[in-house]
Amino acid sequence: MLDFRGRWKAALLPLAAVVALSACGSKTGENESSTGAVADTSGDTVKVGLLNSLSGTMAISEVTVRDSIRLAVDEINAAGGVLGKKIEPISEDGASDWPTFAEKAEKLIREDKVAAVFGCWTSASRKAVKPVFEENKALLFYPVQYEGLEQSPYIFYTGATTNQQIVPGLDYLKAQGKTSVYLVGSDYVFPRTANKIIKAYAQANGMTVLGEDYAPLGSTEFGTIVNKVKASKASAVFNTLNGDSNVAFFKEYKSAGLTAASMPVVSVSIAEEEVKSIGTQYLDGQLTAWNYYQTTPGAANEKFVKAYKAKYGQDKPTSDPMEAAYVSVYLWKAMVEKAQSFDVAAVRSASDGVTFEAPEGLVTIDGATQHIYKTARIGKVGSDGLITEVWNSGQPVKPDPYLKGYPWATGLS
Amino acid sequence: MTVIVSQLFTGVSIGAVLLLIALGLSLTFGQMGVINMAHGEFIMAGAYTVFVLQKVITDAGWSLLVALPVAFAVAGLMGVLLEYLLIRRLYARPLDTLLVTWGVSLILQQLARDIFGAPNVQTRAPDSLTGNIKITDDLVLSNNRLFILTLALLAVLALTLTLRYTSLGRRMRAVVQNRDLAAVSGIPTGRVDRLTFFIGSGLAGVAGVALTLLGPIGPTMGTNVIIDAFLVVVAGGIGHLKGSVIVAFALGTLQSLVEYSTTVSVAKVGVFVAIVAFLQWRPQGLFTLRTRSLA
Repeated sequence: MLDFRGRWKAALLPLAAVVALSACGSKTGENESSTGAVADTSGDTVKVGLLNSLSGTMAISEVTVRDSIRLAVDEINAAGGVLGKKIEPISEDGASDWPTFAEKAEKLIREDKVAAVFGCWTSASRKAVKPVFEENKALLFYPVQYEGLEQSPYIFYTGATTNQQIVPGLDYLKAQGKTSVYLVGSDYVFPRTANKIIKAYAQANGMTVLGEDYAPLGSTEFGTIVNKVKASKASAVFNTLNGDSNVAFFKEYKSAGLTAASMPVVSVSIAEEEVKSIGTQYLDGQLTAWNYYQTTPGAANEKFVKAYKAKYGQDKPTSDPMEAAYVSVYLWKAMVEKAQSFDVAAVRSASDGVTFEAPEGLVTIDGATQHIYKTARIGKVGSDGLITEVWNSGQPVKPDPYLKGYPWATGLS
Repeated sequence: MTVIVSQLFTGVSIGAVLLLIALGLSLTFGQMGVINMAHGEFIMAGAYTVFVLQKVITDAGWSLLVALPVAFAVAGLMGVLLEYLLIRRLYARPLDTLLVTWGVSLILQQLARDIFGAPNVQTRAPDSLTGNIKITDDLVLSNNRLFILTLALLAVLALTLTLRYTSLGRRMRAVVQNRDLAAVSGIPTGRVDRLTFFIGSGLAGVAGVALTLLGPIGPTMGTNVIIDAFLVVVAGGIGHLKGSVIVAFALGTLQSLVEYSTTVSVAKVGVFVAIVAFLQWRPQGLFTLRTRSLA
């Protein structure tokens, strides 16, 4: 027992060495990156980077995004490439770890000299790589809905910002006469920002927010939260939970006797893939807010769904972030062709007004915000696990990441 | 009033979950003094047992019932293996046991990732457990929580009876209270250790089965609950089943009542503060076991 101290020290020594080494490593990295990197497009091919978590907790979602980017790349290559050059994708694993994302972004830009990078899912990973892209004047295409209030000149956002997803979701609830809501979310930046926006909206639109609860990411104990929701007698629940917490929440919700008929839940992070993993028996009839569903009608979507299933398996569903990722590659191609150059500055200045006939319908880049016009769609989960649209905004909604067009939102940003 | 009753029910059921995950640990850590960081992974093994069994037995109800003894055996055998290969050699070195079992826990997590994939998986609950019992419109008791509560109480009962009335139980207590004297009295202490470890780890497997009714199954599910399990055993008093039972229900109720009027995080903090304060008052936990081996 007396030699505890010595043992602890012995155990800590290698740890300290690793920490010291990694500190040195990051320092040299900083020194190298004082100048901007230039994409190498001199060869017969043009390299692009795919930056997704292929391992860790986010892998379940991000692998599907990587797969749809690959699909778009293959399709474009089969049709002759971009400006006569074939696209050469270089895939890196962000490993669900935000510093790793930054490190891999640096590697893709500086060593591989890619013309553009496609990927990232969580806002945390996007925030981690943002300075890397800005410092190196390189391009990132970010394909996931997010909390808005951001606009980097080196990021194109092809997922929805708040006024294309959350605000239409609230409009829908209001139109249905569901004017009292309970907010349930995971405890991190996206749900908290989203709920701030929801509360401002509610105040201006005669809705009441009866309560607001956050569970730590990965939490699986929802007994009390569901009791609170039930006791509040709200007419609907707005759910910004992320990941597996949804499984525990919906199990608890059902066993407490709450249903889509008595108190519907609008979710903004549950797409086809998640429905499959949570279990349709718990989600039947619940609502989601997105811009795309596998069931969205149109020839472009039929082609996308068919191509995806042919490549990756008939049982694989397609979802909103996957579609946004697929679209981002085509939008980049269209911008490059309009600019007649792979140069980042030229591509950016050519971006305004570039359109693509996407699976979700026609999308157009708004050059000022570098977001895209998207049609908002509210969907209902069916017993077959697919989501069918019950309402849409009729036309693509202009992106407004800072909600400048909404008087009630002043002071939020 | 309804709210208080339904919160009390939630609290008791959180307590039942805590009790199930801590029960095995109160044997291996409480009785034997082994700090087994891989206990959480035995819980995970139990949960994955349900997942695998559902591939074979399609009826959700039957697969759950069959999973209870199978998970007990699977986790128990893993425990015996761990005891026989590693812990047996480290009984006099608690700190090394902690590091070694932590390493084992990491290996088991990675193994689960390699076998079942990194994403979490779900099991189907039988229809009889997804429903609830309606007492009034506002007061409903969900069947799965009632099931877990019953399971926890049955496990405690079975363990108490085993410890008190069987010859194995007598030997286990004898070894805990004075290993040397037990050995000279002719008790094969090594075999008793292994059996104790089998039962303790097996109970973790049963807890894993119960957890599949509440949330997803994943490689890290064990790490998420192991801290709570240690808290219960430490606060209950090392080596005392009674203490673990009382503390589990007390913490569950405290958690749910505080959480109702505040938030999840505040309730968590509240529970931790309560435990720290309690241990200041009673450093040995709720009950103190007078033994020679742990003194």
